[in-house]
Amino acid sequence: MVRWANMTTRIDRAQIEHVAQLASLVLTDDEAERLTRELADIVRYVEELNELDTSGIEPTASVRQNVSAPGAEPSESAWRADDVAPSLDPEETLAQAPRSAHGGFAVPTFVES
Amino acid sequence: MPQDDTVRGIAERVRSGEIQATSVAESALATIAAKNGALNAFLAVPHEDVLRQARAIDEKRARGETLGPLAGVPIGIKDALCTRGLTTTAGSKILEGYVPPYDATVVARLRRADAIIVGKTNMDEFAMGSSNENSAFGAVKNPWDRERAPGGSSGGSAAAVAARLVPATLGSDTGGSIRQPAALSGTFGVKPTYGRVSRHGLIAFASSLDQVGPLANDVRGAARVLGVISGKDPKDATSLATPVDDFEAACGGSIKGLRVGVPDEYFAKGLDPEVEASVRAAIAELAAEGCVVRPVKLAHTRYAVATYYVIANAEASSNLARFDGVRYGLRVEPANPGRADVRAMYGATRDAGFGTEVKRRILLGTFVLSAGYYDAYYLKAQKVRTLIRRDFEEAFREVDVICSPTSPTPAFRLGEKVDDPIAMYLNDVYTLPASLAGIPGCSVPAMPTKSGLPVGLQILSPWLQETTLFAVAAAFETRFPSPVLSSSS
Repeated sequence: MVRWANMTTRIDRAQIEHVAQLASLVLTDDEAERLTRELADIVRYVEELNELDTSGIEPTASVRQNVSAPGAEPSESAWRADDVAPSLDPEETLAQAPRSAHGGFAVPTFVES
Repeated sequence: MPQDDTVRGIAERVRSGEIQATSVAESALATIAAKNGALNAFLAVPHEDVLRQARAIDEKRARGETLGPLAGVPIGIKDALCTRGLTTTAGSKILEGYVPPYDATVVARLRRADAIIVGKTNMDEFAMGSSNENSAFGAVKNPWDRERAPGGSSGGSAAAVAARLVPATLGSDTGGSIRQPAALSGTFGVKPTYGRVSRHGLIAFASSLDQVGPLANDVRGAARVLGVISGKDPKDATSLATPVDDFEAACGGSIKGLRVGVPDEYFAKGLDPEVEASVRAAIAELAAEGCVVRPVKLAHTRYAVATYYVIANAEASSNLARFDGVRYGLRVEPANPGRADVRAMYGATRDAGFGTEVKRRILLGTFVLSAGYYDAYYLKAQKVRTLIRRDFEEAFREVDVICSPTSPTPAFRLGEKVDDPIAMYLNDVYTLPASLAGIPGCSVPAMPTKSGLPVGLQILSPWLQETTLFAVAAAFETRFPSPVLSSSS
C-alpha cells in the first residue's frame, strides 16, 4: 500500500490540554495522562485513511444527494414559510435551568462592573 | 402478557375491544416491576402516568372513536428522546433529573397513534458506546446471559424487547446503535434511511448520521411502528418529504428472484466462526426462498471505522457544547472561583457531568476540527465517506439487498472491552458503513451459537427502499422464527 501523504501527528500532553481548553473540559492529572495515551493510539489508528488517494474526491457532509427525488432542487425542501407558531412555555422551560432570574437563564457574572 | 404479545396482536385486540388498554398497561407494568431489577433496561417508568394514558385510550374507544394503529401498545423510549414531563437523561449525569418541556416528534406521533409510552430505556451516555457500559446509571444486562453486554448504545431498548417487557421500543442508530444491540440481544431492529424519520427531540450525537428507528419482537411490529414515526417534520429540515411507504404491507411480499449481494469484506479477519456459519446458513435460507445470491464488492469497508470516529466525534464535539450548566441539567460552581468566572463554571460542570468515553470523544472531535488538523483529518474523512457511499451506489446497481453479519461476535462479557477503546470501536465495523452512506439496514435474529447466544443477520437496502428490506426480513422470519427467551428468565 502506498502512503500518498505520510503525515503522522504526535499527540502530547500539552496538545491534549490545549484541546481540552478549547472544549471547556477540565481534566485531572490522571485523566490528562491517560487520555493523551489513548488519543495518540486513536489518532494513529485513524491515520490509516492516508492510505487512500482522495485527490479529486468531493467531501460528503450530508447524504441528501442520495435521498432527493430525481431532478429535485436539494435546497428547496430546506425552506419553509416563516409562520408564527407557539413556542415552548417560558415558565416550564426556565424551570429546568439550574438558575434563572428575571425570566431568563442566570449565569455567573462575567463582566467586571 | 396476554397470548399474542406482538405489536399487531395487542393493537388489533385493543381496537376490537377484546382487551382493554388498561389491562395491557397493568400487565406490562407488572412484568417490568418483576424483571427490570435484574436487567436495568428501564431507567424511568411513570406508573401512574402509564395507567392514565391507558385509561384515556379505553375512554376514547368507549366514546366510539376509532383507535390508532398502535392502540394500547406499550412502547419503551430510548432515553435520548425527549418526553414531555418524563425525565430524559441520555444516560448522562449532566442531564440527571432533566424533564423536557416538549415531546420529540417521534414520541408525539406514537401518542397520536394511541401507543402507551411506558418508560425510558437505558443507553450508553449520549449514545456513545457498543455495550451499554457507558451509561452513568449502570450497565444493562443481556437477558440471554446476564454476565454479558446487550450491545449498545440502544441496549436498554433491545434488552426490554428481548426479555418480553414490551413488544417494541424506539432506539437511535448513529453507527449501529439499533442494529448491533438487536443482534446481540436477539431481537429485530431497523435503522431507516437518513431523513426518513424526524430527529427533532432526539438529543444530538452526530447530526449527519443519527436516525431514530424501532426494535420489536417481530418484523411486522417494527414495520408498523416505523410507519407511524416516519415522514416529513417541519421541525427537522433534514427529514424527507418522500411519501411514507406501507412497510407492513411489504412484509409477506414475495422475494423470489430478488438479488442478494454478499460482500467478502464483511466476512473478514476477526469474524467469529459461529457467527459466520449462522449468517451463511441464513443466506442459504434466502436462496431456498428463491433469492439469487451473488458476491458484491464494498472495497472501502475497512476504512469505515476510522472515517466514522473522525466524523461522528467532530459532530459530537460541536453538539455537546450545549451542555454547559446554563439552560438545563447539572451546574457545578467552581469550589474556589476567585472572581466570578463563567468559563470555570462550564469546565467544572462538564468535568463532573461527562463520563470518560464522552470526554475522550469530545477531545478527539475537537482535535480533528482544530486549526492545522481540519484538512488532514476531518476533510479527509469526509472524502473517504464519499468513497464508502459510492461503494454502495455501485453495489446496488447489481443487487437489491446486501446481507452480512450485524456484528463480528456474539454478545461479549461485561468488562471485556471497557479498557480498550479501539477494540470496542472495531465491534461496529459491519454497521458503520451503512450509517456513513445513509442507507437503511436492519438486524434480524439468525441461528444462535451452540451456547445459545443470539446472532444477527444484517440486511441493507438502497436509500428509501425499506420495503425491500422488510420483505426480506419477514420472509426470513417466516422460515426461521426468532428464538424466544423462556419466560422463567
